[in-house]
Amino acid sequence: MSVDKDTVRRIAKLARIALDEGRVEPMAQELNGIMAWVEQLNEVDVTGVAPMTSVVAQKLKMRDDVVTEGGNADALMANAPGGEDNFFVVPKVVE
Amino acid sequence: MTNPTDFTLAEARDAVRAKKISSVELTNAFVGAVEAARPLNAFVTETPERALEMAAVSDARIAKGEGGALEGLPLAIKDLFCTKGVRTTAGSNILSNFVPQYESTVTQNLWDAGAVMLGKTNMDEFAMGSSNESSHFGPVFNPHRSRGSNANLVPGGSSGGSAAAVSANVCLAATGTDTGGSIRQPAAVTGIVGLKPTYGRCSRYGIVAFASSLDQAGPMTKTVRDAAMLLRAMASVDPKDSTSVDVVVPDYEASLESGVKGLRVGIPKEYRIDGMSPEIEALWTKGIEWLRAQGAEIVDVSLPHTKYALPTYYIVAPAEASSNLARYDGVRFGHRAKDIGDITGLYEKSRAEGFGKEVQRRILVGTYVLSSGYYDAYYIRAQKLRTLVAQDFGEAYKKCDVLLTPATPGPAFAVGAKSDDPVAMYLNDVFTVTVNLAGLPAISVPSGLTADGLPLGLQIIGKAFDEATVLRAGRALEVAANFNAKPAQWWRAA
Repeated sequence: MSVDKDTVRRIAKLARIALDEGRVEPMAQELNGIMAWVEQLNEVDVTGVAPMTSVVAQKLKMRDDVVTEGGNADALMANAPGGEDNFFVVPKVVE
Repeated sequence: MTNPTDFTLAEARDAVRAKKISSVELTNAFVGAVEAARPLNAFVTETPERALEMAAVSDARIAKGEGGALEGLPLAIKDLFCTKGVRTTAGSNILSNFVPQYESTVTQNLWDAGAVMLGKTNMDEFAMGSSNESSHFGPVFNPHRSRGSNANLVPGGSSGGSAAAVSANVCLAATGTDTGGSIRQPAAVTGIVGLKPTYGRCSRYGIVAFASSLDQAGPMTKTVRDAAMLLRAMASVDPKDSTSVDVVVPDYEASLESGVKGLRVGIPKEYRIDGMSPEIEALWTKGIEWLRAQGAEIVDVSLPHTKYALPTYYIVAPAEASSNLARYDGVRFGHRAKDIGDITGLYEKSRAEGFGKEVQRRILVGTYVLSSGYYDAYYIRAQKLRTLVAQDFGEAYKKCDVLLTPATPGPAFAVGAKSDDPVAMYLNDVFTVTVNLAGLPAISVPSGLTADGLPLGLQIIGKAFDEATVLRAGRALEVAANFNAKPAQWWRAA
Protein backbone atom coordinates (compact mmCIF):
# COMPACT_ATOMS: atom_id res chain seq x y z
CA MET A 1 0.00 0.00 0.00
CA SER A 2 1.80 3.11 -1.08
CA VAL A 3 0.96 6.59 0.04
CA ASP A 4 0.25 8.87 -2.93
CA LYS A 5 -0.09 12.64 -3.01
CA ASP A 6 -3.89 12.54 -2.76
CA THR A 7 -3.62 10.38 0.35
CA VAL A 8 -1.19 12.86 1.91
CA ARG A 9 -3.58 15.74 1.18
CA ARG A 10 -6.47 13.74 2.62
CA ILE A 11 -4.73 12.80 5.88
CA ALA A 12 -3.32 16.31 6.30
CA LYS A 13 -6.90 17.53 6.03
CA LEU A 14 -8.06 14.94 8.58
CA ALA A 15 -5.21 15.95 10.91
CA ARG A 16 -5.99 19.67 10.40
CA ILE A 17 -2.44 20.53 9.38
CA ALA A 18 -2.05 22.97 6.49
CA LEU A 19 0.47 21.47 4.08
CA ASP A 20 1.90 23.67 1.34
CA GLU A 21 1.62 22.04 -2.07
CA GLY A 22 5.43 21.94 -2.28
CA ARG A 23 5.60 19.72 0.78
CA VAL A 24 3.09 17.13 -0.39
CA GLU A 25 5.45 15.12 -2.59
CA PRO A 26 8.37 15.01 -0.08
CA MET A 27 5.92 14.05 2.68
CA ALA A 28 4.52 11.25 0.51
CA GLN A 29 8.05 9.92 0.06
CA GLU A 30 8.81 10.11 3.79
CA LEU A 31 5.59 8.38 4.73
CA ASN A 32 6.22 5.71 2.10
CA GLY A 33 9.66 5.09 3.58
CA ILE A 34 8.14 4.60 7.02
CA MET A 35 5.18 2.52 5.82
CA ALA A 36 7.43 0.29 3.69
CA TRP A 37 9.50 -0.40 6.77
CA VAL A 38 6.47 -1.30 8.91
CA GLU A 39 5.18 -3.65 6.18
CA GLN A 40 7.38 -6.35 7.74
CA LEU A 41 4.68 -6.79 10.38
CA ASN A 42 2.73 -8.69 7.72
CA GLU A 43 5.23 -11.54 8.03
CA VAL A 44 3.76 -12.50 11.39
CA ASP A 45 0.76 -14.76 11.73
CA VAL A 46 -1.49 -12.97 14.22
CA THR A 47 -4.45 -15.33 13.95
CA GLY A 48 -6.11 -15.72 17.33
CA VAL A 49 -3.93 -13.09 19.03
CA ALA A 50 -5.85 -10.55 21.07
CA PRO A 51 -4.89 -6.91 20.45
CA MET A 52 -3.34 -5.36 23.54
CA THR A 53 -5.62 -3.03 25.43
CA SER A 54 -3.74 -2.60 28.70
CA VAL A 55 -0.09 -3.31 29.36
CA VAL A 56 -0.59 -3.81 33.08
CA ALA A 57 -3.23 -6.28 34.18
CA GLN A 58 -5.47 -3.97 36.14
CA LYS A 59 -9.13 -3.14 36.31
CA LEU A 60 -9.81 0.39 35.24
CA LYS A 61 -10.33 2.44 38.37
CA MET A 62 -13.61 4.16 39.02
CA ARG A 63 -13.93 7.23 41.16
CA ASP A 64 -16.92 8.64 42.96
CA ASP A 65 -19.05 10.79 40.70
CA VAL A 66 -18.46 14.03 42.59
CA VAL A 67 -17.17 17.45 41.66
CA THR A 68 -13.49 17.62 42.57
CA GLU A 69 -12.61 21.05 41.30
CA GLY A 70 -14.16 24.11 39.77
CA GLY A 71 -14.47 27.84 40.10
CA ASN A 72 -11.15 28.32 38.34
CA ALA A 73 -12.20 30.14 35.20
CA ASP A 74 -9.27 32.54 35.45
CA ALA A 75 -6.80 29.67 35.47
CA LEU A 76 -8.58 28.04 32.53
CA MET A 77 -8.43 31.26 30.52
CA ALA A 78 -4.87 32.19 31.49
CA ASN A 79 -3.32 30.66 28.37
CA ALA A 80 -6.11 31.34 25.88
CA PRO A 81 -4.73 33.01 22.73
CA GLY A 82 -8.03 34.75 22.07
CA GLY A 83 -10.06 35.14 25.25
CA GLU A 84 -12.55 37.76 26.29
CA ASP A 85 -14.78 37.87 29.35
CA ASN A 86 -14.10 34.20 30.10
CA PHE A 87 -15.03 33.12 26.58
CA PHE A 88 -12.69 31.45 24.08
CA VAL A 89 -12.94 33.52 20.92
CA VAL A 90 -12.86 31.86 17.48
CA PRO A 91 -13.86 32.93 13.95
CA LYS A 92 -17.58 32.85 13.25
CA VAL A 93 -18.76 29.22 13.00
CA VAL A 94 -22.51 29.58 12.37
CA GLU A 95 -23.69 31.78 9.51
CA MET B 1 35.95 20.21 50.36
CA THR B 2 35.10 18.71 46.98
CA ASN B 3 33.38 20.95 44.48
CA PRO B 4 29.69 20.64 45.42
CA THR B 5 28.68 20.17 41.78
CA ASP B 6 30.71 16.92 41.79
CA PHE B 7 28.44 15.44 44.47
CA THR B 8 26.19 12.55 43.66
CA LEU B 9 22.58 13.02 44.80
CA ALA B 10 23.18 10.70 47.77
CA GLU B 11 26.41 12.48 48.75
CA ALA B 12 24.69 15.86 48.58
CA ARG B 13 21.82 14.54 50.71
CA ASP B 14 24.26 13.33 53.34
CA ALA B 15 26.27 16.58 53.26
CA VAL B 16 23.14 18.74 53.61
CA ARG B 17 21.75 16.59 56.41
CA ALA B 18 25.07 16.71 58.25
CA LYS B 19 25.01 20.51 57.75
CA LYS B 20 28.38 20.41 56.00
CA ILE B 21 26.83 22.58 53.30
CA SER B 22 23.63 24.60 53.21
CA SER B 23 21.09 24.21 50.45
CA VAL B 24 21.63 27.84 49.47
CA GLU B 25 25.39 27.26 49.08
CA LEU B 26 24.76 24.08 47.11
CA THR B 27 22.12 25.73 44.95
CA ASN B 28 24.33 28.74 44.25
CA ALA B 29 27.05 26.41 42.99
CA PHE B 30 24.59 24.76 40.61
CA VAL B 31 23.03 28.04 39.45
CA GLY B 32 26.57 29.09 38.45
CA ALA B 33 27.15 25.75 36.71
CA VAL B 34 23.88 26.05 34.76
CA GLU B 35 24.90 29.49 33.55
CA ALA B 36 28.40 28.34 32.59
CA ALA B 37 26.96 25.42 30.64
CA ARG B 38 24.74 27.52 28.37
CA PRO B 39 26.76 26.48 25.28
CA LEU B 40 25.27 22.97 25.78
CA ASN B 41 21.73 24.40 25.38
CA ALA B 42 20.51 21.90 27.97
CA PHE B 43 17.88 24.23 29.43
CA VAL B 44 14.85 25.84 27.79
CA THR B 45 14.08 27.85 30.92
CA GLU B 46 16.40 28.53 33.85
CA THR B 47 14.75 29.31 37.19
CA PRO B 48 17.60 30.58 39.41
CA GLU B 49 15.43 32.90 41.55
CA ARG B 50 12.94 30.15 42.28
CA ALA B 51 15.80 27.75 43.01
CA LEU B 52 17.32 30.08 45.60
CA GLU B 53 13.92 30.75 47.21
CA MET B 54 13.28 27.02 47.48
CA ALA B 55 16.78 26.49 48.87
CA ALA B 56 16.22 29.13 51.57
CA VAL B 57 12.97 27.41 52.58
CA SER B 58 14.84 24.09 52.74
CA ASP B 59 17.55 25.56 54.93
CA ALA B 60 14.90 26.89 57.32
CA ARG B 61 13.33 23.44 57.51
CA ILE B 62 16.68 21.77 58.08
CA ALA B 63 17.47 24.27 60.85
CA LYS B 64 14.27 23.18 62.59
CA GLY B 65 15.30 19.54 62.26
CA GLU B 66 12.71 18.88 59.57
CA GLY B 67 13.14 18.04 55.91
CA GLY B 68 12.14 15.47 53.31
CA ALA B 69 14.07 12.82 51.43
CA LEU B 70 15.40 15.33 48.89
CA GLU B 71 15.52 18.37 51.12
CA GLY B 72 17.51 21.20 49.57
CA LEU B 73 18.78 19.20 46.58
CA PRO B 74 18.83 21.00 43.18
CA LEU B 75 17.30 19.06 40.27
CA ALA B 76 16.57 19.74 36.61
CA ILE B 77 13.11 18.97 35.24
CA LYS B 78 12.41 17.84 31.69
CA ASP B 79 10.26 20.48 30.00
CA LEU B 80 7.48 17.93 29.54
CA PHE B 81 6.41 18.12 33.21
CA CYS B 82 3.90 20.89 33.88
CA THR B 83 5.21 23.24 36.55
CA LYS B 84 2.77 25.73 37.96
CA GLY B 85 3.68 29.28 36.97
CA VAL B 86 6.80 28.17 35.06
CA ARG B 87 6.63 27.99 31.27
CA THR B 88 6.38 24.41 29.99
CA THR B 89 7.05 24.01 26.27
CA ALA B 90 7.47 20.28 25.50
CA GLY B 91 10.20 21.57 23.17
CA SER B 92 7.51 22.86 20.82
CA ASN B 93 6.69 26.21 19.25
CA ILE B 94 3.02 25.43 19.81
CA LEU B 95 3.57 25.61 23.60
CA SER B 96 6.32 28.23 23.56
CA ASN B 97 4.23 30.60 25.72
CA PHE B 98 2.34 28.03 27.77
CA VAL B 99 2.39 28.63 31.52
CA PRO B 100 0.68 25.75 33.36
CA GLN B 101 -1.81 26.62 36.07
CA TYR B 102 -1.22 23.31 37.82
CA GLU B 103 1.66 21.06 38.85
CA SER B 104 2.41 17.55 37.58
CA THR B 105 2.13 14.87 40.25
CA VAL B 106 5.75 13.76 39.81
CA THR B 107 7.16 17.26 40.28
CA GLN B 108 4.75 17.92 43.17
CA ASN B 109 6.12 14.76 44.82
CA LEU B 110 9.66 16.11 44.37
CA TRP B 111 8.84 19.53 45.85
CA ASP B 112 7.01 17.82 48.73
CA ALA B 113 10.24 15.88 49.38
CA GLY B 114 12.11 19.20 49.54
CA ALA B 115 13.81 19.25 46.13
CA VAL B 116 14.91 22.52 44.49
CA MET B 117 14.16 23.32 40.83
CA LEU B 118 17.04 24.69 38.73
CA GLY B 119 15.05 24.89 35.51
CA LYS B 120 13.36 23.07 32.68
CA THR B 121 15.47 21.00 30.32
CA ASN B 122 15.48 20.95 26.55
CA MET B 123 14.07 17.95 24.71
CA ASP B 124 12.94 16.66 21.34
CA GLU B 125 9.63 18.26 20.41
CA PHE B 126 6.83 16.41 22.23
CA ALA B 127 9.46 13.80 23.17
CA MET B 128 9.60 12.61 19.56
CA GLY B 129 13.20 11.97 18.68
CA SER B 130 16.43 10.23 19.61
CA SER B 131 18.90 13.08 19.25
CA ASN B 132 17.31 16.22 20.73
CA GLU B 133 17.55 17.82 17.29
CA SER B 134 13.78 18.21 16.83
CA SER B 135 13.49 20.77 19.64
CA HIS B 136 12.07 24.17 18.66
CA PHE B 137 14.71 25.61 21.00
CA GLY B 138 17.65 24.15 19.09
CA PRO B 139 19.75 21.04 19.58
CA VAL B 140 21.45 20.09 22.84
CA PHE B 141 25.11 19.13 22.68
CA ASN B 142 26.57 16.08 24.37
CA PRO B 143 29.10 17.07 27.06
CA HIS B 144 31.25 14.18 25.79
CA ARG B 145 33.25 14.54 22.58
CA SER B 146 35.36 12.02 20.73
CA ARG B 147 38.94 12.00 21.92
CA GLY B 148 40.90 14.77 20.18
CA SER B 149 37.82 16.15 18.40
CA ASN B 150 35.92 19.41 18.74
CA ALA B 151 32.89 18.18 16.81
CA ASN B 152 29.58 18.43 18.63
CA LEU B 153 27.72 15.18 19.21
CA VAL B 154 24.05 14.69 20.04
CA PRO B 155 23.12 13.79 23.65
CA GLY B 156 20.48 11.31 22.51
CA GLY B 157 16.82 11.97 23.04
CA SER B 158 14.24 12.76 23.76
CA SER B 159 15.41 13.60 27.30
CA GLY B 160 18.64 15.05 25.87
CA GLY B 161 18.73 18.22 27.97
CA SER B 162 18.28 16.27 31.21
CA ALA B 163 20.99 13.79 30.18
CA ALA B 164 23.44 16.54 29.22
CA ALA B 165 22.73 18.45 32.44
CA VAL B 166 23.44 15.42 34.65
CA SER B 167 26.49 14.37 32.64
CA ALA B 168 27.96 17.89 32.79
CA ASN B 169 27.40 18.18 36.58
CA VAL B 170 25.07 21.14 36.23
CA CYS B 171 22.40 19.48 38.39
CA LEU B 172 22.48 16.66 40.94
CA ALA B 173 19.93 14.64 38.98
CA ALA B 174 17.06 15.18 36.55
CA THR B 175 13.68 13.84 35.57
CA GLY B 176 13.09 12.29 32.18
CA THR B 177 10.30 10.51 30.37
CA ASP B 178 10.59 7.36 28.29
CA THR B 179 8.12 6.35 25.57
CA GLY B 180 10.44 4.23 23.41
CA GLY B 181 13.83 4.77 25.06
CA SER B 182 13.88 8.50 25.78
CA ILE B 183 15.46 8.07 29.23
CA ARG B 184 17.74 5.10 28.63
CA GLN B 185 19.18 6.00 25.21
CA PRO B 186 20.33 9.54 26.15
CA ALA B 187 21.59 8.23 29.50
CA ALA B 188 23.71 5.61 27.72
CA VAL B 189 25.32 8.02 25.27
CA THR B 190 26.07 10.68 27.91
CA GLY B 191 27.54 8.28 30.47
CA ILE B 192 24.84 8.48 33.14
CA VAL B 193 22.22 6.19 34.70
CA GLY B 194 18.65 6.27 33.37
CA LEU B 195 15.72 4.24 34.69
CA LYS B 196 12.36 3.70 33.03
CA PRO B 197 9.99 2.37 35.70
CA THR B 198 7.12 -0.04 35.15
CA TYR B 199 4.15 1.52 33.36
CA GLY B 200 1.89 2.80 36.14
CA ARG B 201 4.66 3.30 38.73
CA CYS B 202 4.88 7.09 38.29
CA SER B 203 1.80 9.19 37.68
CA ARG B 204 1.42 10.67 34.21
CA TYR B 205 -0.78 13.49 35.52
CA GLY B 206 0.57 16.82 34.29
CA ILE B 207 3.10 15.30 31.89
CA VAL B 208 2.43 16.55 28.36
CA ALA B 209 1.13 13.41 26.64
CA PHE B 210 2.85 11.80 23.67
CA ALA B 211 1.72 8.14 23.57
CA SER B 212 -0.28 7.52 26.71
CA SER B 213 -0.02 3.72 26.80
CA LEU B 214 3.79 3.92 26.61
CA ASP B 215 4.83 7.17 28.39
CA GLN B 216 6.49 6.79 31.77
CA ALA B 217 8.54 9.20 33.89
CA GLY B 218 11.79 8.19 35.52
CA PRO B 219 15.07 9.35 37.06
CA MET B 220 18.29 10.33 35.25
CA THR B 221 21.20 10.31 37.66
CA LYS B 222 24.93 9.96 38.16
CA THR B 223 24.72 6.65 40.03
CA VAL B 224 22.40 3.69 40.50
CA ARG B 225 21.93 4.65 44.15
CA ASP B 226 20.78 8.10 43.06
CA ALA B 227 18.27 6.48 40.68
CA ALA B 228 16.93 4.41 43.59
CA MET B 229 16.59 7.55 45.70
CA LEU B 230 14.94 9.67 43.04
CA LEU B 231 12.55 6.97 41.83
CA ARG B 232 11.23 6.50 45.35
CA ALA B 233 10.46 10.20 45.54
CA MET B 234 8.89 10.41 42.07
CA ALA B 235 6.67 7.34 42.33
CA SER B 236 3.24 7.38 43.92
CA VAL B 237 -0.26 6.04 43.58
CA ASP B 238 -2.26 8.90 42.12
CA PRO B 239 -6.02 9.24 41.89
CA LYS B 240 -5.47 11.80 39.11
CA ASP B 241 -4.03 9.10 36.80
CA SER B 242 -6.34 6.11 36.36
CA THR B 243 -3.40 4.02 35.05
CA SER B 244 -1.30 4.64 38.14
CA VAL B 245 -1.13 1.24 39.82
CA ASP B 246 -1.93 0.57 43.48
CA VAL B 247 1.32 -0.97 44.61
CA VAL B 248 3.55 0.05 47.47
CA VAL B 249 6.69 2.03 46.56
CA PRO B 250 9.53 0.19 48.30
CA ASP B 251 12.74 1.62 49.76
CA TYR B 252 14.90 0.78 46.75
CA GLU B 253 18.11 1.87 48.44
CA ALA B 254 17.67 -0.70 51.20
CA SER B 255 18.16 -3.66 48.85
CA LEU B 256 20.64 -1.99 46.52
CA GLU B 257 23.78 -3.72 47.77
CA SER B 258 22.31 -7.21 48.13
CA GLY B 259 24.28 -8.47 45.13
CA VAL B 260 23.35 -10.80 42.29
CA LYS B 261 24.36 -14.15 43.76
CA GLY B 262 21.91 -16.72 42.44
CA LEU B 263 20.09 -14.15 40.29
CA ARG B 264 19.12 -15.66 36.93
CA VAL B 265 20.17 -13.28 34.18
CA GLY B 266 18.68 -13.94 30.74
CA ILE B 267 20.60 -13.16 27.55
CA PRO B 268 18.12 -12.73 24.68
CA LYS B 269 19.72 -14.06 21.50
CA GLU B 270 17.60 -11.84 19.23
CA TYR B 271 19.40 -8.76 20.56
CA ARG B 272 22.51 -9.89 18.70
CA ILE B 273 21.40 -7.94 15.64
CA ASP B 274 22.92 -7.91 12.16
CA GLY B 275 25.68 -5.40 11.75
CA MET B 276 26.06 -4.88 15.49
CA SER B 277 29.18 -2.90 16.31
CA PRO B 278 32.01 -5.09 17.66
CA GLU B 279 32.45 -2.62 20.53
CA ILE B 280 28.83 -3.07 21.65
CA GLU B 281 29.14 -6.83 21.34
CA ALA B 282 32.37 -6.86 23.36
CA LEU B 283 30.79 -4.71 26.06
CA TRP B 284 27.79 -7.00 26.29
CA THR B 285 30.10 -10.03 26.68
CA LYS B 286 31.97 -8.16 29.40
CA GLY B 287 28.70 -7.41 31.19
CA ILE B 288 27.79 -11.11 31.14
CA GLU B 289 31.17 -11.97 32.66
CA TRP B 290 30.84 -9.24 35.32
CA LEU B 291 27.52 -10.60 36.55
CA ARG B 292 28.66 -14.23 36.32
CA ALA B 293 31.75 -13.38 38.39
CA GLN B 294 29.47 -11.95 41.09
CA GLY B 295 27.50 -15.18 41.30
CA ALA B 296 24.67 -14.63 38.82
CA GLU B 297 23.44 -17.56 36.79
CA ILE B 298 23.53 -16.76 33.06
CA VAL B 299 20.65 -18.20 31.03
CA ASP B 300 20.10 -18.08 27.26
CA VAL B 301 16.59 -16.93 26.42
CA SER B 302 14.63 -16.07 23.30
CA LEU B 303 12.39 -13.07 22.59
CA PRO B 304 11.29 -14.12 19.10
CA HIS B 305 9.29 -11.00 18.19
CA THR B 306 12.07 -8.52 19.01
CA LYS B 307 12.59 -7.42 15.40
CA TYR B 308 8.93 -6.44 15.11
CA ALA B 309 8.94 -4.23 18.19
CA LEU B 310 10.24 -1.08 16.52
CA PRO B 311 7.84 -1.11 13.54
CA THR B 312 5.02 -1.95 15.96
CA TYR B 313 6.00 1.05 18.04
CA TYR B 314 6.01 3.30 14.97
CA ILE B 315 2.36 2.49 14.44
CA VAL B 316 1.14 2.51 18.04
CA ALA B 317 3.01 5.64 19.18
CA PRO B 318 2.08 7.89 16.22
CA ALA B 319 -1.53 6.68 16.44
CA GLU B 320 -1.73 7.71 20.08
CA ALA B 321 0.16 10.92 19.36
CA SER B 322 -2.20 11.94 16.56
CA SER B 323 -5.05 11.59 19.02
CA ASN B 324 -3.31 13.27 21.98
CA LEU B 325 -2.04 16.19 19.92
CA ALA B 326 -5.50 16.92 18.51
CA ARG B 327 -5.95 19.20 21.54
CA TYR B 328 -3.54 21.78 20.09
CA ASP B 329 -5.99 23.73 18.00
CA GLY B 330 -5.12 27.35 18.75
CA VAL B 331 -8.31 27.87 20.76
CA ARG B 332 -7.84 27.25 24.46
CA PHE B 333 -4.07 27.45 24.84
CA GLY B 334 -0.93 27.33 22.74
CA HIS B 335 0.07 29.06 19.53
CA ARG B 336 -2.62 30.69 17.37
CA ALA B 337 -1.78 31.68 13.80
CA LYS B 338 -2.62 35.13 12.53
CA ASP B 339 -4.57 35.71 9.32
CA ILE B 340 -6.60 32.54 9.75
CA GLY B 341 -9.81 33.04 7.81
CA ASP B 342 -12.42 30.58 9.05
CA ILE B 343 -12.37 28.11 11.93
CA THR B 344 -10.71 25.38 9.83
CA GLY B 345 -8.01 27.86 8.86
CA LEU B 346 -7.47 28.60 12.54
CA TYR B 347 -6.84 24.90 13.24
CA GLU B 348 -4.82 24.12 10.14
CA LYS B 349 -2.55 27.16 10.22
CA SER B 350 -1.99 27.15 13.98
CA ARG B 351 -0.97 23.49 13.84
CA ALA B 352 1.18 23.93 10.72
CA GLU B 353 3.08 26.81 12.35
CA GLY B 354 3.15 25.30 15.82
CA PHE B 355 4.37 21.77 15.11
CA GLY B 356 7.83 20.97 13.77
CA LYS B 357 8.68 18.58 10.98
CA GLU B 358 9.00 15.32 12.91
CA VAL B 359 5.85 15.95 14.93
CA GLN B 360 3.85 16.68 11.77
CA ARG B 361 5.23 13.54 10.17
CA ARG B 362 4.17 11.41 13.14
CA ILE B 363 0.73 12.98 13.37
CA LEU B 364 0.22 12.18 9.68
CA VAL B 365 1.44 8.58 10.12
CA GLY B 366 -0.87 8.22 13.11
CA THR B 367 -3.81 9.72 11.25
CA TYR B 368 -3.13 7.39 8.32
CA VAL B 369 -2.96 4.16 10.35
CA LEU B 370 -6.15 5.08 12.23
CA SER B 371 -8.04 6.19 9.14
CA SER B 372 -10.95 4.29 7.71
CA GLY B 373 -9.80 1.29 5.66
CA TYR B 374 -6.34 1.12 7.25
CA TYR B 375 -7.22 0.76 10.93
CA ASP B 376 -7.37 -3.05 10.94
CA ALA B 377 -4.41 -3.54 8.61
CA TYR B 378 -2.09 -1.31 10.62
CA TYR B 379 -3.32 -0.31 14.05
CA ILE B 380 -5.07 -3.52 15.12
CA ARG B 381 -2.27 -5.65 13.66
CA ALA B 382 0.27 -3.59 15.62
CA GLN B 383 -1.71 -4.03 18.82
CA LYS B 384 -1.64 -7.80 18.24
CA LEU B 385 2.10 -7.67 17.69
CA ARG B 386 2.34 -5.73 20.93
CA THR B 387 0.63 -8.63 22.70
CA LEU B 388 3.17 -11.03 21.18
CA VAL B 389 6.13 -8.85 22.22
CA ALA B 390 4.80 -8.72 25.80
CA GLN B 391 4.17 -12.49 25.81
CA ASP B 392 7.80 -13.08 24.79
CA PHE B 393 8.92 -11.44 28.03
CA GLY B 394 6.45 -13.51 30.04
CA GLU B 395 7.93 -16.69 28.54
CA ALA B 396 11.51 -15.53 29.16
CA TYR B 397 10.76 -14.72 32.80
CA LYS B 398 9.87 -18.36 33.41
CA LYS B 399 13.61 -19.00 33.04
CA CYS B 400 15.20 -15.84 34.42
CA ASP B 401 14.71 -12.88 36.78
CA VAL B 402 16.19 -10.07 34.69
CA LEU B 403 17.58 -9.62 31.19
CA LEU B 404 20.92 -8.09 30.23
CA THR B 405 21.21 -6.33 26.87
CA PRO B 406 23.06 -3.41 25.29
CA ALA B 407 21.27 -0.08 25.79
CA THR B 408 21.93 1.39 22.34
CA PRO B 409 23.25 0.12 19.00
CA GLY B 410 26.10 2.64 19.12
CA PRO B 411 27.61 5.72 20.81
CA ALA B 412 26.58 9.36 20.37
CA PHE B 413 26.64 10.48 16.75
CA ALA B 414 27.36 13.82 15.12
CA VAL B 415 24.75 16.56 15.04
CA GLY B 416 22.99 16.29 11.68
CA ALA B 417 24.21 12.75 10.92
CA LYS B 418 20.78 11.10 10.91
CA SER B 419 18.35 13.98 10.57
CA ASP B 420 17.46 13.26 6.91
CA ASP B 421 16.44 9.64 7.38
CA PRO B 422 13.59 9.05 9.84
CA VAL B 423 13.96 5.28 9.87
CA ALA B 424 17.73 5.46 10.57
CA MET B 425 16.92 7.73 13.51
CA TYR B 426 14.23 5.37 14.80
CA LEU B 427 16.73 2.47 14.89
CA ASN B 428 18.46 4.11 17.87
CA ASP B 429 15.70 2.68 20.04
CA VAL B 430 15.97 -0.92 18.82
CA PHE B 431 17.07 -2.25 22.26
CA THR B 432 14.86 -0.03 24.39
CA VAL B 433 11.48 0.04 22.68
CA THR B 434 10.48 -3.57 23.44
CA VAL B 435 10.37 -2.65 27.12
CA ASN B 436 7.84 0.15 26.59
CA LEU B 437 5.58 -2.10 24.54
CA ALA B 438 5.60 -4.61 27.41
CA GLY B 439 5.35 -1.94 30.16
CA LEU B 440 8.42 -3.26 32.00
CA PRO B 441 11.07 -1.50 34.09
CA ALA B 442 14.62 -1.16 32.73
CA ILE B 443 17.80 0.69 33.60
CA SER B 444 20.73 1.84 31.50
CA VAL B 445 24.05 1.83 33.34
CA PRO B 446 27.20 3.45 31.92
CA SER B 447 29.52 0.51 31.38
CA GLY B 448 32.34 1.38 29.02
CA LEU B 449 33.88 3.61 26.40
CA THR B 450 34.41 3.27 22.69
CA ALA B 451 37.96 3.44 21.29
CA ASP B 452 37.22 7.16 20.75
CA GLY B 453 36.34 7.63 24.41
CA LEU B 454 32.56 7.85 24.07
CA PRO B 455 30.25 6.34 26.72
CA LEU B 456 28.26 3.15 26.14
CA GLY B 457 25.59 1.64 28.36
CA LEU B 458 24.25 -1.77 29.27
CA GLN B 459 20.59 -2.34 30.04
CA ILE B 460 18.94 -4.47 32.71
CA ILE B 461 15.28 -5.27 32.07
CA GLY B 462 13.11 -6.56 34.93
CA LYS B 463 9.69 -7.95 35.69
CA ALA B 464 6.77 -5.58 36.16
CA PHE B 465 7.03 -3.63 39.45
CA ASP B 466 10.36 -5.27 40.26
CA GLU B 467 12.46 -2.11 40.03
CA ALA B 468 14.22 -3.23 43.21
CA THR B 469 15.86 -6.17 41.41
CA VAL B 470 16.60 -4.04 38.34
CA LEU B 471 18.41 -1.53 40.57
CA ARG B 472 20.27 -4.27 42.48
CA ALA B 473 21.51 -5.83 39.21
CA GLY B 474 22.29 -2.36 37.84
CA ARG B 475 24.35 -1.69 40.94
CA ALA B 476 26.31 -4.92 40.34
CA LEU B 477 27.09 -3.76 36.79
CA GLU B 478 28.09 -0.33 38.08
CA VAL B 479 30.51 -1.80 40.61
CA ALA B 480 32.16 -4.04 38.02
CA ALA B 481 32.27 -1.41 35.25
CA ASN B 482 33.70 1.25 37.55
CA PHE B 483 32.79 3.86 34.93
CA ASN B 484 34.24 7.22 35.86
CA ALA B 485 34.69 9.11 32.59
CA LYS B 486 33.63 12.72 33.06
CA PRO B 487 33.60 15.06 30.09
CA ALA B 488 36.26 17.75 29.78
CA GLN B 489 34.40 20.97 30.56
CA TRP B 490 34.99 22.45 27.09
CA TRP B 491 31.81 24.53 27.34
CA ARG B 492 33.39 26.69 30.05
CA ALA B 493 35.92 27.96 27.51
CA ALA B 494 33.37 28.25 24.72
